[in-house]
Amino acid sequence: MSEKIDQNRREFVSVASKAAAASVVAPGVMLHSIANAGPRSEPVTDAVRYGLLIDTTKCADGCSDCVSACHKENGLDLLEKPDGASDEDWARQRPVWIRTVKVKDRLSGHVSSLPLMCQHCENPPCVDVCPTGASFRRADGIALVDRHTCIGCRYCMMACPYKARSFIHENIKVKLTAVPRGKGCVESCTLCVHRRDFGIASTACADACEHDAILFGDLNDPNSGISKALQERNHTQLRADLKLNTGVRYRGI
Amino acid sequence: MKKIYYREWGIESPRYWGLLAVMSVILAVAGFAVLHMEHEGHWVTGMNNEIVWGLPHVFAIFLIVAASGALNVAALGSVFGKHIYKSLGRLSGLLAMTLLIGGLLILVLDLGQPSRLIVAMTTYNFKSIFAWNIYLYVGFLVIVGAYLFTMMERKAQRFYKGVGLLAFVWRLILTTGTGSIFGFLVARQGYDAALLAPMFIIMSFAYGLAIYLLVLMFTFNSEGRALGDKILGRLKSLLGIFVSAILYFVLVYHLTNLYGTENHEYEAFILLNGGVYTATFWVGWVLLGMLVPMAILFHPALGNSRGGIVAASLLVILGGLAAMYVIVIGGQAFPMPIFPDKIILESGFHDGVAGAPLYYSPSLPELLLGIGGVTVALTVTLVAVRMLKFLPASLADEVVDPHHG
Repeated sequence: MSEKIDQNRREFVSVASKAAAASVVAPGVMLHSIANAGPRSEPVTDAVRYGLLIDTTKCADGCSDCVSACHKENGLDLLEKPDGASDEDWARQRPVWIRTVKVKDRLSGHVSSLPLMCQHCENPPCVDVCPTGASFRRADGIALVDRHTCIGCRYCMMACPYKARSFIHENIKVKLTAVPRGKGCVESCTLCVHRRDFGIASTACADACEHDAILFGDLNDPNSGISKALQERNHTQLRADLKLNTGVRYRGI
Repeated sequence: MKKIYYREWGIESPRYWGLLAVMSVILAVAGFAVLHMEHEGHWVTGMNNEIVWGLPHVFAIFLIVAASGALNVAALGSVFGKHIYKSLGRLSGLLAMTLLIGGLLILVLDLGQPSRLIVAMTTYNFKSIFAWNIYLYVGFLVIVGAYLFTMMERKAQRFYKGVGLLAFVWRLILTTGTGSIFGFLVARQGYDAALLAPMFIIMSFAYGLAIYLLVLMFTFNSEGRALGDKILGRLKSLLGIFVSAILYFVLVYHLTNLYGTENHEYEAFILLNGGVYTATFWVGWVLLGMLVPMAILFHPALGNSRGGIVAASLLVILGGLAAMYVIVIGGQAFPMPIFPDKIILESGFHDGVAGAPLYYSPSLPELLLGIGGVTVALTVTLVAVRMLKFLPASLADEVVDPHHG
């Protein structure tokens, strides 16, 4: 019997095991570095308060660029009517975060158009009524829904004075990783919060508006574009008598 | 004092099991509807982003309101010391629990995420009246369970009055909480009224008693157990008074609303031009739900006939469902005044163009879920009275009130 040790075999096993170990560890190292190179890691503070200023005198009749942009940014255009649903039902059951509304003044007859979305109140009724606290207001002023805790009771939808929220009535097949959603939870405009957490200071609707009707910014910063615009001319809250101190203000209605 | 005897419900076995078989079929069909809703999502219902609470909530809130009212009969015997009602207390406590269980089941099964019930039971926002209601409802079941225990276990009877008082106070807080679900909402014109909480309390008195009367008469008559006119006469008079009280609250609510100009469009919607909601209000709630039962119950002949009492009780229940439909769904259908000094010409999210009501059409899965909840309550009640001594052995006049001629 040969006692000659098979050096080739030893070398093969040695190289192969090193390669295997490296290929197991390397992806983890790679992903770890990607994770650390990502979004914010400090908690949100109330040093900043995000809001919108909508100038209805600039909002063009018949234009819905802000709506299309929002739907694309937030994955709402990926949703399809369920098989068997009628078009009318789907029109009422599909989620909508921003919509255009055309109104006529009762006295003067003057017609204006404006976009309407979650008003990101300082004292949101939707947050008050949520039984699990899934509906919450972030320190930087954005009203959000924690989809892990939302049980889909829709009480927040009953409570919202602006009818801003939507319920997901169907199984979701495709969704964006930045804006996850699932059947049975409630959602509304997030002021593109996923952009916020990557340091992008804009919203899809404000970017898309060619008429400069939507201005996004930090309401707490007196030098921001939105704060200066608010100081220049008059603005109102919708349903101001409710004293919700909304983060979305309107001019021209 | 004369000893009260209780006996299990003794109708013949084939009839009992036949009844259970029918109810099982209803429960199975309702169960399939629930699975369909949960699997597909709420698109299979008529509820949408404008009318978010529909027929299931009409049934659920009716059952929950009636549940607290059903406990009143026991309270009359314990808290208010009216001995003539004492023998009725066990059935009263049982019905309070089963009606509440039926109502809660509907609510939980309608949730968008019913599998997250454990989240709802462990994560609370205590500013929400919903969160408080979870404690109130579960606590109600525990307290009424204890109340029944003090009634049925001889050694626990010394706690009867104390637990009875706790149960009575608890149910008042519970129904106040249920009315406040709507009363606390500033957003909608039909809600945001402190009056809704006491109105729900007075409604609970009537609806709970109407259901109690029907269950009592059904179980006794089907078995041929003695049910005298004395006790029935007292219960039906109470029902008449409670329904009159609801009428008073409805009058105050609408007359007050009508005084302020800001509410005129909402009142016109409910009282005049709201289509199905106006019809449900006048025909369902006011006429059939209050005026006709009052006429029957206060009529010297009709009010004392068994048929009259059954008819009046059924109509009161129908009126209760109509009331919930107008409040829950009508209150959502009227568009919110987001732009009070403007007329809405177009909207991308159905904001009530030209003041038109928001659209809702009840669907079959919702109806089945509601009926399923009612059937659960009835099934558990009938099984319980069959197996345990909930029903008094006799409610004949001599037994109920031996001292009167």
